[in-house]
Amino acid sequence: MAAVDIDVKYVAFLARIGLTPEEEQAIGSQLKTTLNYIEKLNQLDVSQVEPTAHAVPLVNVVRPDEPRPSMPTEEALFNAPAKANGLFLVPKIVE
Amino acid sequence: MLNQATITETLPRLRNGEISARQLMESCLNQIQATDPKLRAFLHVDAEDALRQADAADAARRSGEANDKPLLGIPLAMKDVIAVKGQPLGCASKILAKFISPYDATVTQKLKNAGAVIFGRCNMDEFAMGSSTENSAFGHTRNPWDLDRVPGGSSGGSAAAVAADQCLASLGSDTGGSIRQPAAFCGCVGVKPTYGRVSRYGLVAFASSLDQIGPFTKSVEDAALLTQVISGIDPRDSSSVPEEVPDYRLHLKQDVRGLKLGIAKEYMVGGLDPEVSRAVQAAVEQLQKLGVEVQEVSLPHTEYAVATYYIVATAEASANLARFDGIRYGQRVDGNDPIELYSKTRGAGFGPEVKRRVILGTYVLSSGYYDAYYLRAQKVRTLIRQDFLKAFEKVDAIVTPTTPTAAFKAGEKSSDPLQMYLSDIFTISCNLAGISGISLPCGFTSNPKLPIGLQLLGKPFGESTLFRLAHAYEQSVNWRREKPPISAANK
Repeated sequence: MAAVDIDVKYVAFLARIGLTPEEEQAIGSQLKTTLNYIEKLNQLDVSQVEPTAHAVPLVNVVRPDEPRPSMPTEEALFNAPAKANGLFLVPKIVE
Repeated sequence: MLNQATITETLPRLRNGEISARQLMESCLNQIQATDPKLRAFLHVDAEDALRQADAADAARRSGEANDKPLLGIPLAMKDVIAVKGQPLGCASKILAKFISPYDATVTQKLKNAGAVIFGRCNMDEFAMGSSTENSAFGHTRNPWDLDRVPGGSSGGSAAAVAADQCLASLGSDTGGSIRQPAAFCGCVGVKPTYGRVSRYGLVAFASSLDQIGPFTKSVEDAALLTQVISGIDPRDSSSVPEEVPDYRLHLKQDVRGLKLGIAKEYMVGGLDPEVSRAVQAAVEQLQKLGVEVQEVSLPHTEYAVATYYIVATAEASANLARFDGIRYGQRVDGNDPIELYSKTRGAGFGPEVKRRVILGTYVLSSGYYDAYYLRAQKVRTLIRQDFLKAFEKVDAIVTPTTPTAAFKAGEKSSDPLQMYLSDIFTISCNLAGISGISLPCGFTSNPKLPIGLQLLGKPFGESTLFRLAHAYEQSVNWRREKPPISAANK
C-alpha cells in the first residue's frame, strides 16, 4: 500500500489526543516521513508466514478462580484528580 | 570512595563490618549532591528515606538476617517507570506528575526481599519512548563522559547514575534497546533479559510484547547477581515464563573455550563508525584468544527491524497509553464531556514524541490499515525471530556493536525522529525476537573519549552463556577500570 497522507485530525480523535493546528501539521509531516520508511516492509513476501503476536509461545495461562484481596479503596483513590463518596468523580456520561 | 565500588567488591566489606550501609548510602548521596545539578540523572531523590532504609539494613545485618538477603544494604536506583510503593511514579511525563505509586512492582519486592536500598527516580525518555532521554518532560540527562552529549535512552538516567558512581547499580527497562544503548553510551554493563524472564508487573507498559526490566551495573558479575534476583515466574504477569532461573554466578567463571560466537554480517555495514568497528573487531579477536570460535552468520531480515518495530511498538503503546485519561490518576484538564476531558488532558499531558507514537500506533491499527501495517509487521517479526533461531543452531551467541556510533550531541537528532529511530538499529531485533542481550564496554573513541559498547545476543533463556562470555572478555581487558572525570567529583 502506498503511503498516504494520514488524516491526523481523525486519528488524533480516535486516540483522544487534542492537537493544536501547528501540532497537526508537524505530526502529519513527521509521520509521513516515518511511513515512507516503513514502506520497505512491502518488499517482503509474507504470504506463507504466520504472525508473531508474542515472542514466547505461552497459551492459556490461568490461575484458579479464587478471590484474592484487592487494593484497598483509599489506596486506589489516593491519586484521583477528583473523588467523592469513595468513588472517582467524572463528567456526566449519560444525559 | 565507597560509591565507586561494585556490588561484588562491597558485599564482603559490609559482611565483615568494615563499612556500614549508611556510610555507603551517604557516599552515594554525596556524589549525587556534587554531580547531579549538572548530570540530571535523577528526577527525585528522597535522601531521608534512603538513609532510613540503609539504617534498617544495618540493623538487619546486626540481627543476623544477612544470610538470605544477598543485596543487604546495597543502594540501587530505579528508572521512573518501575513502581516503588510510596515513591513517585511519573515516567518522566507531565501527565503523571505527582502520582505516587500505591504498590511495589514484583522486581521491587524481590529487591526489597534481598535487602537492597531502593532509592531515587531516574530520568528517562517520557513513557520510555526515545533513544536519548531528551524526550523527558523534565529536562534531559547528560552523558557523564561528555556533558554536551546524551546518555542514550530511554533509560538514560539509570545508565548515567551508574557510570557516574551515584549508586552501585540501577534498574531500567528495554523495549527496543533502552537498556543496552545507554549502557553502551555511558560505559557500563546493561542486560535485557529474555522476554518473560523478568516479571513486568509494576512496569508501566510501553509495548507489552517487547518490554523487559533489566540491570545497569559496573561489572558483569554484578549484572549476573542482579538478574538472578529479579528473574522468575510471577503469577501476576501472565507473560512471565515458567523457566527455572539458573544460578548465573555459578557458571560465570567457566572457561569459554569452545563456545561458538557468530558475527552477523548484516551488522558490520556502512553507517558504522570506524572506531566502533575497530573496537568490536578487537574484542572479537580477544575472545578468540580466550578460545572462542568465531564464524559468520546471517540475519537476513535485519534491515526490516526498525520498520517492524515502529509499527508493533507504537500499536501496542497506543493501547497501553489509553489508560492515561485523567480519570483515575494523574493530571486532569476538564472538559464539557468525557471525550473533551480525555482530549484536553492527553493533549496537555503528553509530550510530542508520545503523541507522535500514539497517533502512529492508532493509525496502523485502524480499520482499513490493520492488515497492511500491523499484520504485515507481525509476520516480518516472525521472519526476524526465525533468523535468530536458525543462527543459534550454529552458534551459542552473536556479537555485534551495540550502537553504530558513540554518544551523539544533545540536539543532534532531536529534530529528525527517523534519524533517532535508526540509531537503535542493532538493538531492536533482540526485542522483536524475544531473545537475550547484554552490552558491555569494549573501548573508547579517541577524541572526545567516549565509551563503545559490545553487544552479545543470546538464545532465549541463554543468559548464562552471555554472562560467561561477557565476564571472560571483561576480565581479560581493563575498560571497567576507566571512569569519567565526574565520577571523582565527590572528594
